[in-house]
Amino acid sequence: MSTSLARGITALKEQIDSPIASFFSSCVHCGMCADACLFYTETKDPKYTPIHKLEPMRRVWQQEYTFWGRLGKKLGISKPVTDAELSEWEELVYDSCTLCGRCSLVCPVGNDITYMIRKMREGMVVSGHSPKGLREATQRAIEFGSPMGITLQTLQAQVKHAEKETGLTVPMDVTGAEYMMVLSSAEIAQFSEIIGAVTRIFHEAGVSWTLCSEAFEGTNSGIQIGSKDLAGELVGRLVAGAEKLKVKYVISPECGHAYTALRWEGPNLIGRPYPFKVIHILELLEQLRKEGRLRTEGKEEERLTFHDPCQLVRRGGVIEEPRSLLNMVASDFVEMNDHGKLNWCCGGGGGVSANERADPLRLKVFSRKKNQIDETGATTIVTACSNCRNMLLDGLEHNNMDIEVVGLTEMLAEHLVTRQTPATTGDK
Amino acid sequence: MTSMELLLWARGPGLQIATAVLLLGLVFRLLEIYTPGRKPDLSEARASGMGPGVRTIFSRSVPLKGMWTKEISGYTFHIGFLVVLLFFVPHILLFKDTFGFGWPGISNSMIDFITVLTLAALAYTLFTRITDPVRRFLSTFGDYLALLLTALPLITGYMAFHRLGLPYTQMLAIHILSVEALMIFLPFTKLVHAVTILGSRWYNGAISGRKGVQS
Repeated sequence: MSTSLARGITALKEQIDSPIASFFSSCVHCGMCADACLFYTETKDPKYTPIHKLEPMRRVWQQEYTFWGRLGKKLGISKPVTDAELSEWEELVYDSCTLCGRCSLVCPVGNDITYMIRKMREGMVVSGHSPKGLREATQRAIEFGSPMGITLQTLQAQVKHAEKETGLTVPMDVTGAEYMMVLSSAEIAQFSEIIGAVTRIFHEAGVSWTLCSEAFEGTNSGIQIGSKDLAGELVGRLVAGAEKLKVKYVISPECGHAYTALRWEGPNLIGRPYPFKVIHILELLEQLRKEGRLRTEGKEEERLTFHDPCQLVRRGGVIEEPRSLLNMVASDFVEMNDHGKLNWCCGGGGGVSANERADPLRLKVFSRKKNQIDETGATTIVTACSNCRNMLLDGLEHNNMDIEVVGLTEMLAEHLVTRQTPATTGDK
Repeated sequence: MTSMELLLWARGPGLQIATAVLLLGLVFRLLEIYTPGRKPDLSEARASGMGPGVRTIFSRSVPLKGMWTKEISGYTFHIGFLVVLLFFVPHILLFKDTFGFGWPGISNSMIDFITVLTLAALAYTLFTRITDPVRRFLSTFGDYLALLLTALPLITGYMAFHRLGLPYTQMLAIHILSVEALMIFLPFTKLVHAVTILGSRWYNGAISGRKGVQS
């Protein structure tokens, strides 16, 4: 056995807990999870059945944690997990799983298969079986602070641009601010209008907020590749920034995995609870709406639909907020079939978007999303995750569909009711 | 050993052994599965996971829309098996002999009908295991063994009741032995899902529930 394989098996063993043992014990191979997974429904290849993606981990559990399995191992009759096998499974565990969590919602015996895949990736990455693209993105995140290689200079340039556009100051490194805003790589690089949008909204609502020059990037490739150490390092930087500025809240951006990383996995990754609360930007906006501090005028005329980012909705619990906010500014908002917690993934979550090798498969299974969109007849898709947004744009272009994709926060900012004082003389 | 002796053994020591293996085996398996526990979750819960966990134990028995067709045979044989086990009058009498109390049963003709329906559902389940590409791909020896262990008590019970095949005493002995086989194998095969399903559904519901999502 190679050293990396041995380390991978040990990592897998460490990941196995009672839920994992219960889930493997309960599986009756009914195959229902296949029908919940877009990688199966769009390819009809049984190898994409979610529970099958865990076969090596199941054998580690059986051989290490069950009486009969241990006996079989002692007698040399059980089949050990091999490097070749993990190599074969790499595609199943990474390329064809977006950690979307739909299978976990469908399994009749209640197996949280996504929870299992997340844990299996810990063993995969340690044994050296993770996709190159995702590995490189994670490396960039650790080295430069961003999987897309975004630096502070890039952010500063975008901030300057936003200040010029809004006539307002974008607060940076303000100690004692109530909220610290975190952004995603894609927001800084491609969808930087978000900076101006939140600046205007927060200005109108009177929110005390700041960006942090040492902690502005929320994208967490660590949880996607499945490395608790790297994920913990990335979350730790945000925690350090928030603690330094003594903020009460950290705002998670429109990025699904950033939310999962910061809100749900973070404290477990760093091994302690936070001294601040994490709030998603949509949760905050909904709160402001309820308090009458977020006011909009006018409505979008065209038919809109909302794409639920998996990590935000099904795996995150921010379900009603986007709908309530969207209804403020939409006159013809239609839900997709299977919306909310049953929505279908854009196909690029869980690190798939950073894994170029998976592009052809991702674009193939986009047919599921395409059908969902077609059924609504919408001409604009609103979403709340910059990765989903990129994946939707890519999929739509691939299918020659002329549909606009916008971020919810920006759409709200466009309809923002501003105070009497012209914004240009605002904070400057 | 005569048929009568076999029957007496099956009803006496055989049943005791099977019950002991079932109970001790289950305790052993449940300890094996549930004693490692899980790490405490340090993230701030949006809601308690307890209630949603319990709710998922029940709600997961209701299939999602559009999934009925795939599950109909599964429902039929699970419910049918339980009804025949719990409401066939001789089964209730056997229970009453041991524990001193019972409950009303349902008519033999009804039990007969449900048995046939249950066997048909099991046969259909076997058929889909072989023909459905996903199920065939996933299926292992253990899946077929579980089906066989479930079907045997129904088949032998039906044959004993209708005096088919072997003489009644012999058939009845075989019927009881087949039930004992099911009991003995349950903790160590796929059949253990009958119990671990509670834990799995609870975990699923609780993990989601603390994030504010009813799974």
